Amino acid sequence: MKSYPTRAVALAAAGLLALTACSAGSGSSSNSSPGADQALSIGLVAEPASLDFTTTDGAAIPQALLGNVYNGLVKQDETGKIVPDLAKSWTVSPDRKLYTFTLVDNAKFTNGAAFTSADAVFSIDRVKKNWTTSLKAAMDVVQTAKAVSPTELQVTLSKPSNDWLFRMTTRIGAMFSQTGVDKLATDPVGTGPYKFGTWKRGDSIVLQRNDDYWGTKPFFNQVTLKYFKDPTALNNALLTGTINVIGTVQAPEALSQFTSNDKYQVIEGTTNGEVLLSFNNSQPVFKDIRVRQAIRQAIDHKALLDTCFAGRGKLIGSMVPPTDPWYEDLTSVAPYDQAKAKAALQAAGATGKTLRLRLPTLPYATSCGQVVKSQLEQVGLKVTIDQLEFPAAWLTTVLKNADYDMSIIAHVEPRDLGAVFNAKYYTRYDDPTLQGLLAAADAGDEATQVSEMKKAARRISEQAAADWLFLLPNLVVADKNLTGLPQNAITESFDLSRLARS
Amino acid sequence: MVLRLIERTAVLLVSLAVSSVLVFAFMAVLPGDPARVALGVNASDEAVAELRRQFGLDRSLSTQYFDWLGGLLQGDFGTSYVSKAAIGPQIFDRFQVTLWLVVVAMVVALVIAAPAGTVMAARHRRLSGLALSALSQVGVAVPAFLAGILLIMLFAVKLGWLPANGWTPPAEDPGMFLRQLILPALSLGLVQGAVLTRYVRSAVLDVLREDYLRTARAKGLRPFPALWRHGLRNAAVPVVTVLGLQLATLLIGAVVVERVFVIPGLGSLLLDGVSNRDLLLVQDVVMVLVIAVLVVNFLVDLLYVALDPRLRVGSR
Repeated sequence: MKSYPTRAVALAAAGLLALTACSAGSGSSSNSSPGADQALSIGLVAEPASLDFTTTDGAAIPQALLGNVYNGLVKQDETGKIVPDLAKSWTVSPDRKLYTFTLVDNAKFTNGAAFTSADAVFSIDRVKKNWTTSLKAAMDVVQTAKAVSPTELQVTLSKPSNDWLFRMTTRIGAMFSQTGVDKLATDPVGTGPYKFGTWKRGDSIVLQRNDDYWGTKPFFNQVTLKYFKDPTALNNALLTGTINVIGTVQAPEALSQFTSNDKYQVIEGTTNGEVLLSFNNSQPVFKDIRVRQAIRQAIDHKALLDTCFAGRGKLIGSMVPPTDPWYEDLTSVAPYDQAKAKAALQAAGATGKTLRLRLPTLPYATSCGQVVKSQLEQVGLKVTIDQLEFPAAWLTTVLKNADYDMSIIAHVEPRDLGAVFNAKYYTRYDDPTLQGLLAAADAGDEATQVSEMKKAARRISEQAAADWLFLLPNLVVADKNLTGLPQNAITESFDLSRLARS
Repeated sequence: MVLRLIERTAVLLVSLAVSSVLVFAFMAVLPGDPARVALGVNASDEAVAELRRQFGLDRSLSTQYFDWLGGLLQGDFGTSYVSKAAIGPQIFDRFQVTLWLVVVAMVVALVIAAPAGTVMAARHRRLSGLALSALSQVGVAVPAFLAGILLIMLFAVKLGWLPANGWTPPAEDPGMFLRQLILPALSLGLVQGAVLTRYVRSAVLDVLREDYLRTARAKGLRPFPALWRHGLRNAAVPVVTVLGLQLATLLIGAVVVERVFVIPGLGSLLLDGVSNRDLLLVQDVVMVLVIAVLVVNFLVDLLYVALDPRLRVGSR
């Protein structure tokens, strides 16, 4: 008999070691050294379900494509200001209903067609006609869009709306080619600095530099967006050189392994993601303002942030992030005071009541939920926690049916105060005073908009329409020599155009 | 023999039919509306209803079932609700990835279990056998994903010998393919190997107590050659049974390991499908897994017959 079992083990083990050893040697040069091949790999969390944001919702699609593959007429810069993109300039008529845009004349789609005002009209009309996601409602205010000349576009609104121009910076404003919308889900066509390359489902999307781009051409000729469901796998990929950037850090408690390592830079800024402890304002217990205010005062927000998000993030006190022009620090509206909260609940007859805290299965919601529960129980409420699978189960139960008392979720859409606090949304917050303020802000000039929005933000904070736990931070970790990474993540896109390697 | 084949085939077909009904029924009662997930947080009820119509979710359940089954029989898996891409090619691509992982893990498990189990059995009263036995108990207790995380920490992050995660098709870069396959295959294979070792040990122990082996030893063969020549085939029957069951465990275990190692296999396709409520995709993937498991069990049944001539004489 030739081989005994024990010998087979030894041989297999030796073979494995040899394979490990030799390939470790040959593979060590595969990491790109500075300037070698101008390619970049970015690790992100959520993979798009489709590439068509006109029919599929979800932040991952515009994150990859907007500003990179698609351009809008206008865009938002890092400080929140609306600046030119495909429109060089624009004017607003005195009645604030007619917008006239002057467009660039040298932009081309990646299918070869030139970009003209006819494409802009097509794209705007297409939102109303063909889009199916709820975001399309932002285009309802447009009465007509007209191509005056190839570089001049006139848009007439049915009523003055500051919000409309702002929404044009989001995916709603993306410009599509009249001859390039057949395969949006798999083959997007835009005018951006990058063109769509390949999509390995479950793994990555590759974007190639658009060498015919009409603006400043980007530094990297190829950018790979790699998707990781598991935060630890994402961190390991950066530590082992598989990727160069972690686009959004999911587990801030794991940051220390990067801050203590001088191979990496950690960038911390703000986002539009208000983490809300939402109240179902249609439930009898929440009709009493004393109860809502007491809950806000019962929560020690500083301690909560330390416990459930490693102290990263910002306390805000209302639905406005610091990058919006009407931001004010409203954390002092409902300061932490357990004794006061206890007394208020007693007076309202709510002591001992049981509230259902129905949480989506997201890490921050789960950990913040525990803190909220324990703090509310200290002032005499009873809280039962339910975990609902996110997105599907949570969307149906909490968002659609409003079958909940309290929930925790980050509302990441920009300027979403009006969208979140109204009677039709799951907050069931019916407040004519607030609606009046929002309408005045939308119709007025810029100064009026700022002053009325300030009043609106204060109104919901004083009325305790919800509690604002904190604002999600923008946390990016990257190789030390990368430049052009955005400090704040306040737009829907992950801007690749300014990234470079020094 | 022929009777047995017919009987087994009939059982296979009935199982497939029943499981297709079960899979379909589970999807139908799963909470969460695919149209609402696709349209997001602010969607109007009219828009959701329209999309449900496009997805064909407004048809009666029996129509949906028979349309789906009819498609499957013709090899048409349908089109994904979410990505609008054909599902068949996606499953085919992903299944290849998972198959590599499972087969290599199985080989790892066998390479560990066959010799280790035999040694444990042959030396079951001695220190070396006991030590191996204790070690395999530890292996049985460790879940594959934990083994994966530990292997990554040691070999990828600390030592830097192997990539922490990722997947490269073998045709694209064979070297990278092997390097990326080692850790996930080990984490699945080590754990399954430990389980299998226990079965090999008891199978070999049974064989060691048989008269024919005592006879072989009495003829002058030393312990291991005796076992090799006369015992292995006999010990193989129970081990093959377990192997078949384990293949099913490996397919399911791969779902978790694929997540840890960021491998675009069938498991990650399934998880993505579930969270996007891409129900048709989920239904297809689960059905493919069920088919795979049933077919493996069918083949194992046939393999018994090949291994054990006594089963060929049809007393049943």
